[in-house]
Amino acid sequence: MMNNILNFLEKLGASFRGTLFGLGSGARLFFLTIIYSSDSFKRFNLTIKEIYFTGVLSLVIIVVSAFFVGMVLGLQGYYTLEKYGSSEAIGVLVALALVRELGPVVTALLFAGRAGTAITAEIGLMKTTEQLSAMEMMAVSPIARIVAPRFWAGMISMPILATVFSMVGILGGYFIAVLVIGVDDGAFWSQMQANVDFHNDIVDGAIKSVVFGFTCTLIALYQGLVAPPTAEGVSRATTKTVVISSLSVLGLDFVLTSFMFV
Amino acid sequence: MERVKLDIWVGIFVALGIIAMFYLATRVGNLTSNDVNETYEVKAYFENIGGLKPRAAVKASGVVVGRIGSIKFDSEAFHAVVKINIDDRYSFPKDTFANIYTAGLLGEQYLALEAGGDDVNLKAGDLIQHTQDAVVLEKLISQFLYNSAGDDKGKD
Amino acid sequence: MGENLISINNLSFGYDKELLHKNINMQFNRGKVSAIMGGSGCGKTTILRLIGGQLKPNSGNVIVDGKVVHEQGREELHSIRRKMGMLFQHGALFTDLSVYENVAFPMREHTDLPESVIKDLVLLKLNAVGLRGAHKKMPAELSGGMARRVALARAIALDPDIIMYDEPFAGLDPISMAVICDLIRSLNDALGATSIIVTHDVAETFSFADYIYFLADGGVAAEGSPKQLLTSKLPFVKQFIHSEKDGPVPFHTEAPSYRSDLSL
Repeated sequence: MMNNILNFLEKLGASFRGTLFGLGSGARLFFLTIIYSSDSFKRFNLTIKEIYFTGVLSLVIIVVSAFFVGMVLGLQGYYTLEKYGSSEAIGVLVALALVRELGPVVTALLFAGRAGTAITAEIGLMKTTEQLSAMEMMAVSPIARIVAPRFWAGMISMPILATVFSMVGILGGYFIAVLVIGVDDGAFWSQMQANVDFHNDIVDGAIKSVVFGFTCTLIALYQGLVAPPTAEGVSRATTKTVVISSLSVLGLDFVLTSFMFV
Repeated sequence: MERVKLDIWVGIFVALGIIAMFYLATRVGNLTSNDVNETYEVKAYFENIGGLKPRAAVKASGVVVGRIGSIKFDSEAFHAVVKINIDDRYSFPKDTFANIYTAGLLGEQYLALEAGGDDVNLKAGDLIQHTQDAVVLEKLISQFLYNSAGDDKGKD
Repeated sequence: MGENLISINNLSFGYDKELLHKNINMQFNRGKVSAIMGGSGCGKTTILRLIGGQLKPNSGNVIVDGKVVHEQGREELHSIRRKMGMLFQHGALFTDLSVYENVAFPMREHTDLPESVIKDLVLLKLNAVGLRGAHKKMPAELSGGMARRVALARAIALDPDIIMYDEPFAGLDPISMAVICDLIRSLNDALGATSIIVTHDVAETFSFADYIYFLADGGVAAEGSPKQLLTSKLPFVKQFIHSEKDGPVPFHTEAPSYRSDLSL
């Protein structure tokens, strides 16, 4: 019995140490990426190519998800508000829920799943087939050439995707609430405009998406770089990317929300 | 992937982001022309500002004409000093009333300006003399109780 | 400039606590083709990484062209590496670039040559390895042997002084093997370079190498020219060269007695 408890505590301590180590290595990767970032801007083509792969190719999943999320918000929100006779506030509900929370958070989760795993798998595979080593031996820094452009691409893509998500989600909510259920068109928009503040709600949501973009991209890059150079190692690394990104996003969301909206 | 095609797609992507931001700012939020216009600042003193916050709306006849700037406590005169930014396009007479009202039953509090009849208008840095504090629920209840107690006494 | 372009002095290295190399000394002469041979896992490829500065020795040093590799700063290490070309075991071509782009990569990164000059150079290098016609293909479309030849073209893109080969013959059919053999020798002589090959292929290597090192048990078990080694009396060398199943390198790994393992 004692043994089991001791084992458990040991594992807990080890995983805590592991988390700290991960944070430290991640921070070091971040600083290295910044130092080696000049190429990402001088040869902007590298970054543009990565923006295409992380951002443009994520548009489909983001837009479709946003539309459905918006519709669900409209549906659920309407039936709840109707009980209190406030069904005209459906616009406010949909807009605030999306702009403040769902836009940044759901986009980050989808981004981690789609673009994050792609980045981790790609870099992990390059490590396994010694492409990173080959680049190093050719006196080209893999951080400058491979890591940094993907980092900046993620930082640029995420806020754009989150904003698009919010917009499409609101349109989805509009579609359900006004066009299908029959809430008043004017009330939908006017209540929304009266209660959604640009500085407090929209800008804060944008700040969240920047923070999430930074987090998800860095985690994806880090996991790819430290993946063991085997097929199993790479596949485990992509799983870790999704899990760690998702937990970090949700945790950071709580922290940021308590700063911004309280 | 050809470079030209790549650039076009990324350009569309970034443009989409900007459009979405614009859309949110104007159609969804309340970034109206008010926020980008020039404003002038006046002051008002209140005994109790209730739930009034900086950036709350300043309305006249229900139309937003400005925003609350800053709210501070004057520890020598023991009242609240509220700085108000009024849009340059609107002028108010010197004897304007500044009242704190609530939007809706449980809504946010805002400042309502009711114009007086003075010939001279407010300039930047002026003080609004006539103010009405926010309604505080506890005071209202205690007033009600006091009144009804008084009624009872009167009946005896 | 001495006879030795690369020298390894009293080098000790280990990934963990256990040392892989104990106090090794090796010299690689200019213009010669040298081979490092030995059983699997004896640290041959690690030597290449130590020469290239990807790993730091625990003690001792590696000197390339008069400079101690692991003491160099980023810029100096870069300039040392630019003089090196390395062929990785499976080619390590960049999978998102075409054959042409792969060979052009070092030229584009390290020189300011105009595109027309780069095009001529790339086709020249590809011609040297016999793959000029394949320059539009993607690495995924190449066979193992072809991929390795493209990687070789890439390794010699900037006419390096030192060319390193990590198991260049592993998994190749006899024809491809003969091609690579020929290329290694002819490129070395044409470029006046110094080549180091890590391999365990006896027949091919002995046919064209100038000097051979045998690694075993963390040290240099034997060294010499192919002729010298063929007549060597050392049991390890004899086992390796004559492909004997059992000898100094045992067939059975450590295990308790057979009788106690079986449930008789």
